[in-house]
Amino acid sequence: MLSSQSPSALAISGLKKTYREGFIALKGIDLNVEAGDFFALLGPNGAGKSTTIGVICSLVAKTAGSVSVFGHDIDHDFAAAKRCIGVVPQEFNFNQFEKVLNIVVTQGGYYGLPRKEALVRAEKYLRLLDLWDKRNVVSRTLSGGMKRRLMIARALVHEPKLLILDEPTAGVDIELRRSMWDFLQQVNASGTTIILTTHYLEEAESLCRNIAIIDEGDIIANSSMKDLLGKLSQEVLVLDIVESLPPDFTLKGFDCNWVDAHCIEVSIDREQHVNSLFAALEAQQLQVKSLRNKANRLEEMFVSLLKNPSKQSDIDYPHHESAEASA
Amino acid sequence: MNLVSQWVAFKTIVYREIHRFMRIWVQTLVPPAITIALYFLIFGQLIGSRIGEMGGFDYMQFVAPGLIMMAVIQNSYANVVSSFFGQKFARSIEELLITPLPHYLILLGWVLGGDARGLLVGAIVTFVSLWFYDLSVVNWTLSIFVVISTSVLFSLGGFLNALFAESFDDISIVPTFIMQPLIYLGGVFYSIQLLPTFWQTVSLANPILYMINAFRYSILGSSDLESLGFSINSALFMIVGFIILLTTICLWSLNKGRGIRS
Ligand SMILES: Nc1ncnc2c1ncn2[C@@H]1O[C@H](COP(=O)(O)OP(=O)(O)O)[C@@H](O)[C@H]1O
Ligand SMILES: [Mg+2]
Repeated sequence: MLSSQSPSALAISGLKKTYREGFIALKGIDLNVEAGDFFALLGPNGAGKSTTIGVICSLVAKTAGSVSVFGHDIDHDFAAAKRCIGVVPQEFNFNQFEKVLNIVVTQGGYYGLPRKEALVRAEKYLRLLDLWDKRNVVSRTLSGGMKRRLMIARALVHEPKLLILDEPTAGVDIELRRSMWDFLQQVNASGTTIILTTHYLEEAESLCRNIAIIDEGDIIANSSMKDLLGKLSQEVLVLDIVESLPPDFTLKGFDCNWVDAHCIEVSIDREQHVNSLFAALEAQQLQVKSLRNKANRLEEMFVSLLKNPSKQSDIDYPHHESAEASA
Repeated sequence: MNLVSQWVAFKTIVYREIHRFMRIWVQTLVPPAITIALYFLIFGQLIGSRIGEMGGFDYMQFVAPGLIMMAVIQNSYANVVSSFFGQKFARSIEELLITPLPHYLILLGWVLGGDARGLLVGAIVTFVSLWFYDLSVVNWTLSIFVVISTSVLFSLGGFLNALFAESFDDISIVPTFIMQPLIYLGGVFYSIQLLPTFWQTVSLANPILYMINAFRYSILGSSDLESLGFSINSALFMIVGFIILLTTICLWSLNKGRGIRS
């Protein structure tokens, strides 16, 4: 869609970060995000996601490597680069004693927006994020989800070409998370490149077209979401069958597992087509009522990629999220 | 960032800084007015009448310029150190650091905020002092120059303190253990000619002495400085020299990311 000449929204090469105490947080990462993309940077806690974002928006001084944003090097052309970036940090970092509207308008002012224009923009984004009613409220009194949305409005006030969100939905309940996803998809559809970090796998899978996985300061996978998912050799489909099935039921040519009289699990290889599965079922005159994937495949793969699989406990699985939301 | 945007951004910082101390005026404007009124009452009126003359003037006349300068110094410093450190602590400083705004404008914005409070409190204190005596100023230009440049200098000092501070302790150490003694021993309340020669010489190492005396000279037309053989110009050069020095250190630290970037 986009011409290959247009510069990447983000180009990182050989990026290293060693913190003052000597801790190596980034070991030399390369990353490329095309303009218009919706990109996920996925990784367990402590992987280096926030450090990477910190470097991009110059809150963290890098040790080595280069970063450019829409072709503007963050060292040599820092004003142009910074103008392109809007960032929603992981931690709340607005003045808790300031009113919601003032926070957004002041941020606009910092970017050089005259007050009148900043007010118009602030109204636009506060309305879009359902915060306009709260505009005169002191920000400290907002709920966690509202604070997160306030930071999104603040990040959009100068209408950046690249919006970076660091774990935007952490601690946000499921309902709100979905409406935030819808909002971000609209923002992306209107042409803004979005990068988000997350450790909710479901989030990356349902929102993003491309993905990089970061672990212990290294990028361990970087491709389109589709390719990455395709790398899994097998997937397990759960089929609900109209007819009753005996416990010793088998399906020719497939690894099949009887769950109950109306439900089976079938593993299919990458080379096999779902069509052939249906053909086999049809041959036995069975009708499929419904079909779904057994597990979150991304999740499985993620665990298989991590250097230290015990870290999977850091990852929030969808069923944990539901438990958390219903608690 | 073009000049118009820079100007808007700069105005935003200054406006926000002024808005901050005005909003909490009970903490920022009232206490210095009360403190200084008490000083005037106690040292000027009650004790002062017994002291008689100091440096060739009524004690009230002598002490007033010192008290005004004390208020300007303390409030310029306090405004910048608490505002900037507060933003660092709450991380809202990041709102500014991610923008294209050059560092010198960030520094200038805070310094002007400190000046605004320092000078406003200075004006309030001067106004309060009119209850106790009749103010007449010998050299307006000089007094305005001294008061503004001193305010700039201590705003810079507050900025530097906040830049290097890592805890709230760090922002109270310098004002309490360094500035307070230097101000009190800097000739606010007495002429250093009262001191033995040795302590006079020691006092001359105190930069604040020159500022207070330059201001006193601009109001009264005489001060310890000329009596001890220093010209007023040397005091002015010293203030400007310190301003250049502190500005350089602040900008160098900002560009290095010292205290603001990890
Ligand atoms: N300011 C800092 N000083 C020292 N170490 C840090 C600092 N910030 C982060 N780290 C360390 O760097 C690693 C990566 O952190 P971070 O980028 O925040 O990870 P993530 O966002 O992926 O959870 C962690 O081990 C963290 O402890
Ligand atoms: Mg993080």
